[in-house]
Amino acid sequence: MAGNLWKPYSRVPLLGWFFGALVAVTLERLAGAPLAQFLGLQKIPVLFGFSDMLKTPVSIPNVLLYLLAVYVVPAAAVTRLGASPANGIAAALYRFPMAVTAAVHLALLYAVLHVWAGASDYRVLVLRLTLIAVMLTLSLNVINGYMGEFSCSHPGFMALGAYCASVLTIGLFVDAELFGAASLSPALGRFLFPVALVLGGLLASFGGLFVAIPSFRTRGDYLAIISLAFLFIVKSLIENLEFVRGPRGLSGQPDWADLPTVFLWTVLCVWSVNNFVRSTIGKALNAVRDNEMAADAMTVDTRKTKIAAFLFGAFWAGVAGGLFAHVMRYVNPGNFGIQNLAEVLAMVYFGGLNSVYGSIVGAVSISLLGEALRPLEIFKWIIIPLLLILVMIFRPTGLIAFRDLDVASLLKPKANPGEGG
Amino acid sequence: MAVFLQNLVNALQWGSFYALIALGYSMVYSILMLFNFAHGDIFMVGSYIGVGVSMALIALSAWGNVVLPNWLILVLTILFSMFLTSFVGMIVERVGYRPLRNAPRASAAITGLMIGIILETGNLALLGARRVSFPSLIATATYDLGGVFVTNKKIMIVLVSLLLALALHQFVRRTKWGMAIRAMAFDFSVVPLMGVPLNRMIALTFALGSALAAAAGILFGVAYPVLDPYMGILFGWKAFVAAILGGRGSIMGATLAGFLLGFTEIFVAMIFPSTLRDLIAYSIILLILTVRPHGFFGEPYSARLRL
Repeated sequence: MAGNLWKPYSRVPLLGWFFGALVAVTLERLAGAPLAQFLGLQKIPVLFGFSDMLKTPVSIPNVLLYLLAVYVVPAAAVTRLGASPANGIAAALYRFPMAVTAAVHLALLYAVLHVWAGASDYRVLVLRLTLIAVMLTLSLNVINGYMGEFSCSHPGFMALGAYCASVLTIGLFVDAELFGAASLSPALGRFLFPVALVLGGLLASFGGLFVAIPSFRTRGDYLAIISLAFLFIVKSLIENLEFVRGPRGLSGQPDWADLPTVFLWTVLCVWSVNNFVRSTIGKALNAVRDNEMAADAMTVDTRKTKIAAFLFGAFWAGVAGGLFAHVMRYVNPGNFGIQNLAEVLAMVYFGGLNSVYGSIVGAVSISLLGEALRPLEIFKWIIIPLLLILVMIFRPTGLIAFRDLDVASLLKPKANPGEGG
Repeated sequence: MAVFLQNLVNALQWGSFYALIALGYSMVYSILMLFNFAHGDIFMVGSYIGVGVSMALIALSAWGNVVLPNWLILVLTILFSMFLTSFVGMIVERVGYRPLRNAPRASAAITGLMIGIILETGNLALLGARRVSFPSLIATATYDLGGVFVTNKKIMIVLVSLLLALALHQFVRRTKWGMAIRAMAFDFSVVPLMGVPLNRMIALTFALGSALAAAAGILFGVAYPVLDPYMGILFGWKAFVAAILGGRGSIMGATLAGFLLGFTEIFVAMIFPSTLRDLIAYSIILLILTVRPHGFFGEPYSARLRL
């Protein structure tokens, strides 16, 4: 029975799912509020109703009904009915260059996210932080998953990027008491913001060198310590730098990291990481992980490989840090401590090592779970670790490990068997 | 000179906490080649168990006819808490590490981290956010040795931790169980074939490490009576650094490196502004590890690292 229900959906291309989701979120924007009122809910359930259900268990049936009426049924119906037109459009799109096809899909995905998040500011914030978590997790997966090191310095890279980008934007575009009046007009800032982020990423890469160079001579636990020491040093350094206000933190970043910006950067990050790990040097990463000596014998330049992985991972961590600073519009050194490290590590190992899919799944599920379980207060920090322990026991390499993200096969139309492949 | 000696005394006390915790890391590492990242939190749990045991003993001695002197209560507290905390260590091993023995080591590190978070949060959920203070069992007596002030607590802390480190050393060197532990550190796969009960020995190792962490927790409570659930995090990570610095699985190395870390932190704080403490202390450690990547007493990096 379940198999029969599911069967038509196996022929739906990605495009069809996007159409379904778009209809569902549009429906929520149009009819969500009256429906919620009708069902006796105070307002539309923000994060799929998790917090409402946990706060007031009485409302569980109503919330479920709401979810069914707004998301599940319309999305399922549109996806099912629209499968063959969607396949047609996907097939037509597939004939264009891959960049065009991918751009159309991404535009649709963005539309879905935009409409969904438009309902409340809280959703926009959660979504932006989730996307930043995706970037962080991916960049850590390059080092910890693909290269098999246990690097603990990621919050340090993130801090370098966050502070560098913040100092640039605040110093140049904002009349702050810290750095004096703005020297450039804020109108220009929108265009120079990416430059600030990239510079932050480059500074983080430079920091990455301090971990990469010791990694020539040692690895495993000793490298873990070196990276941990690096994290302590960066944090302590920032705490002692008076011109970024030390432990009091830096605030007043301009509000430029809006949803489209963060989305674009995330797409760029996923794209470049996916290409990086499938390039020759990406394959060399796996070789270094599995057996460094054998890789060396097979003419893999292990030093170059290690440097590349650290610089690349640190760069994206720095960019993510810069975005984080501009989303929160306040950073202090306490943001980038052991707590943050544990969170990012959890996302990487939960989602799956050596896998772009896995990182996306891990980052999204842990971030959303963290937000959804917020009403449980501290018990949240018992449930999430327990979940992770279970995942580690039953799938030690994470949920979706060792899987390539192949864009072409993802976007391919899924024709009916009768019509041939 | 007096300032130097005074700081030396403080550093000895500070280093003994690191040394005791680092020993637990090092013991487990020598056998399983993995770091028990929940160890810092076991230190915290040991400290809280110590509070519970000492309160129970005080209540017992007030209620019963036997009036226990305070020093005896402290000794009993240390012994009982070490015993109880060793079970915490064994449970952690059974739940978090044994199912993952053939998994990648990083996965086991993650379960360790998560068990640590559960221990912290569980403590917070059980006892609430208020801070617990350690009952003061011995009155502080200060001795003036030519301008250097030494308290009886400091002397006790340093002596007890050195004694425990020595006891562990003797245990590992002289007893049959110790020999089994050393043999497992030497070759993990052949030793079970010789009839050594693998799981029991690993549990024993965790128990020993946790008992030492509990001792460190109680000594810490004697010196700094206010406890909070997150106190183990920073101590744990820093002792982890000390264990690495000492070299793989070396008891002497871990003890020395623990004291060295204490010295570095205290003396950096003496010479420079104390906010620079971590910055300079860890730069020094980074430098040491760049020159000697395998620590003071460890073997050089080799293919034996099971990644």
